[in-house]
Amino acid sequence: MAWAAISSDSSMGSAADSAVGGSSFSGGDAVADARASLDRILELQARIKGMQETKLDARALPTVPALGPLLPGGALRAGSSYSVHRSALLALALLAGPSAAGSWCAVVGMPTLGAEAAAGLGIDLERLVLVPDPGEQWLAVTAAMADVVTVVLTRPPGRVSPGDLARLTARLRQRGAALVVLGDWPQSEATLRVSGGSWEGIGHGHGHLAARQVTVTSEVRGAGRPLSATLWLPDATAGISAAAQPAAVSPIDPSVPERSDAESARPSRHLRPVEVA
Amino acid sequence: MSRARSATTSGSVPGAEPPRVLLLWCPDWPVIAAAEAAGLPPSAPLALVVKGEIFACSASARREGVARGLRVREAQARCPGLTVLPYDADLDHRAFEPVISAVEAIVPGAQLVRPGTLAVKARGPSRYYGGEVKAAEAVLEVVAAAHPAGQADDDADGVVPPGAIARVGVADSLFAAEQLAKARMRGPEDVVRVVPAGRTREFLAPLPLSVLERPELTTVLRRLGIDTLGHFAALDAVEVRDRFGEDGERLHALSSGRDPRDVEARTPPPDLGGEIVFETPLDRVDQIAFAFRQVADDIFDRLRAATLVATAIRVEIGLEDVGVRERSWLHPRWFTASDIVDRVRWQIQGNGRTEGLEAAVERIRVEPESVDAMSRHEQGLWGTGSDERVHHGLSRVQSMVGHDGVLTARLTGGRMPGQRQVLVPWGDRPPGGEKAVAESATLPWPGAIPGPAPSVVFPEPRPVVVIGPDGASVEVDDRGAFTTPPVRFGIGEKPERTSPVSAWAGPWPVSERWWDTAARSLQRVQLVDEAGRAWLLVLVAHRWWAEAVYD
Repeated sequence: MAWAAISSDSSMGSAADSAVGGSSFSGGDAVADARASLDRILELQARIKGMQETKLDARALPTVPALGPLLPGGALRAGSSYSVHRSALLALALLAGPSAAGSWCAVVGMPTLGAEAAAGLGIDLERLVLVPDPGEQWLAVTAAMADVVTVVLTRPPGRVSPGDLARLTARLRQRGAALVVLGDWPQSEATLRVSGGSWEGIGHGHGHLAARQVTVTSEVRGAGRPLSATLWLPDATAGISAAAQPAAVSPIDPSVPERSDAESARPSRHLRPVEVA
Repeated sequence: MSRARSATTSGSVPGAEPPRVLLLWCPDWPVIAAAEAAGLPPSAPLALVVKGEIFACSASARREGVARGLRVREAQARCPGLTVLPYDADLDHRAFEPVISAVEAIVPGAQLVRPGTLAVKARGPSRYYGGEVKAAEAVLEVVAAAHPAGQADDDADGVVPPGAIARVGVADSLFAAEQLAKARMRGPEDVVRVVPAGRTREFLAPLPLSVLERPELTTVLRRLGIDTLGHFAALDAVEVRDRFGEDGERLHALSSGRDPRDVEARTPPPDLGGEIVFETPLDRVDQIAFAFRQVADDIFDRLRAATLVATAIRVEIGLEDVGVRERSWLHPRWFTASDIVDRVRWQIQGNGRTEGLEAAVERIRVEPESVDAMSRHEQGLWGTGSDERVHHGLSRVQSMVGHDGVLTARLTGGRMPGQRQVLVPWGDRPPGGEKAVAESATLPWPGAIPGPAPSVVFPEPRPVVVIGPDGASVEVDDRGAFTTPPVRFGIGEKPERTSPVSAWAGPWPVSERWWDTAARSLQRVQLVDEAGRAWLLVLVAHRWWAEAVYD
């Protein structure tokens, strides 16, 4: 499977695959041509997408730079829902950008939240409200929170009925709040998954956990192919940052050999095709 | 006003005739107030403690040999049934407030000398009631009605002698009147003592110097051969001033029956609180909240009329057959009428989820505990909008899930992730105060685990298994090393449901305060499982628990 480096942050069409498929990264006219045509294709795609936009006021919220490439439009959007699987830290990282910019955030239904980890990501605890155990009033509490705060992080207690879902989505759109759901969420703009993780700093009986490199894949609604990026989550300062070089061995595809220096010197954003389930 | 009138009616220079002072003294007031608040009978042996020493004790404890100034342990040795409570000056004042109000209702211009001691100018009341003794009796009558021991009388749990409730002394100076009121009782009916005008000096003369409560001065005077106030007063005032200074001069004046202090009538504070008494005790929260709404509106209106806002209130709920339950509530901004009703409702309900009450509610009293000028809480024209909105929204959520359901987090110090965060109800103070929590976070905490903090912290640790290559649970030996390296790890308690360990570090011991049963001694381990999840585990008494996940 080939690695594709794309400097655009827009979603990737199938043309991207065919344009760079099978070529090496070391340069050459064929690659330059392919890259130019790819840029053109992506630009056109972006224009089509802009024209097809159903929402007029999809305001972008400040987002942590490392997560921008994984989200549609490059940022968290007010009024949208996002789903995060298997990582509370990644879900908190989505709150970090708005919170650092002065917005209020709420966490509903997560009694196990580690406040210190949230603070480490840059979330201001003064403006973070927790409702650890809303019980049966989960939906009412989440909706009430969506009225007043900018981002709500929540873990639904069970299945949400389609009617409730529609009401909550309408409320979010009306109030301009973003919803980050830890777990499945049917109408999410993007579903972020953490696949694999390799911890630095810990060995067999020595060291301690220092930083973790993870691959985050993002399935964007309406886009064909998932996006993927390698991140430090947490990095050495307990924050989140894009990995300067991707993991030496991909946790998904262990057969990929060690890459050359030329590859590892490439820019930080790495998008690569991932098989869609 | 009374001063002006007394000057004109006496027809002499104001100063030439000393003012008459009526002083009311309730013996053992701090103890009575504390016993009432703690729901103890007044006859129970009780002592109040300040800094490890007895500050005040009840009559029954005094009979057993407990005295002021004793160490707590010594007092408990002398009286094994002694109940020891910390002294609360606020409670003292609060409990005395009804007594002052009762006296002020019949006699104008009362001065609160200290809780339990009250002074009024005797001239006006004595003319109104037809004599100083009659005025004193009138005062004693209303005090007995307002006094907790006087009320307990009706319950027939032992007749309280009138002298135990209050005594009155009338003399020419505040000092003399206080000595008179506190003098030993010569009989059960000896509760009103009067020293006729101009005879105060004679009354004070035989009293020992110790009543001045200046031990250093007393010692010096004893060495000079002076034992009583009369001897001290016989000294020349100028010489006393030369030898003992300002303080000595003042004490000399007191001993001579002249008290430079005049009775300073207090201005009664406006009653901003509100109370509702249910004729038939109510046991449904919605009924109570509905009935209380009017009172809450009144409280809010009174505060607004005084251009004040309440930032903290005290809610006292009188329960049938149970007693009074009280607590203070803080507000992130200030209380509106509906906020007050909410606090009452939460206090009655407990945690907001359980239905049904402990007992039927007889009485609710709400008192603003700290008030602030309204001007400091005015909303700006711009810039406060968003926080205002957040606050309203959070109050709404609080009314859904209860006061303790909406929390904010503070970071504090500790060695375990669970200890490093404090969750505080929205608008409340953390236990110990903001400052203590913030200071604890800045302490070094040796032994805390370095590196990033876990994103999942279990409020209750979860059982896990960690097994070595031999299939047995991993233990830590006396030297603080693992008996076998951890090889497999699983959630739950079944060894068969485990997966290989990919990395681990530790064990790091924590051995806190071996003398304290609340402290624990444990070993901590960081462990990465097969799927790349990192765990913080602890080993306590040969069992493994998961404290947190780095997820």
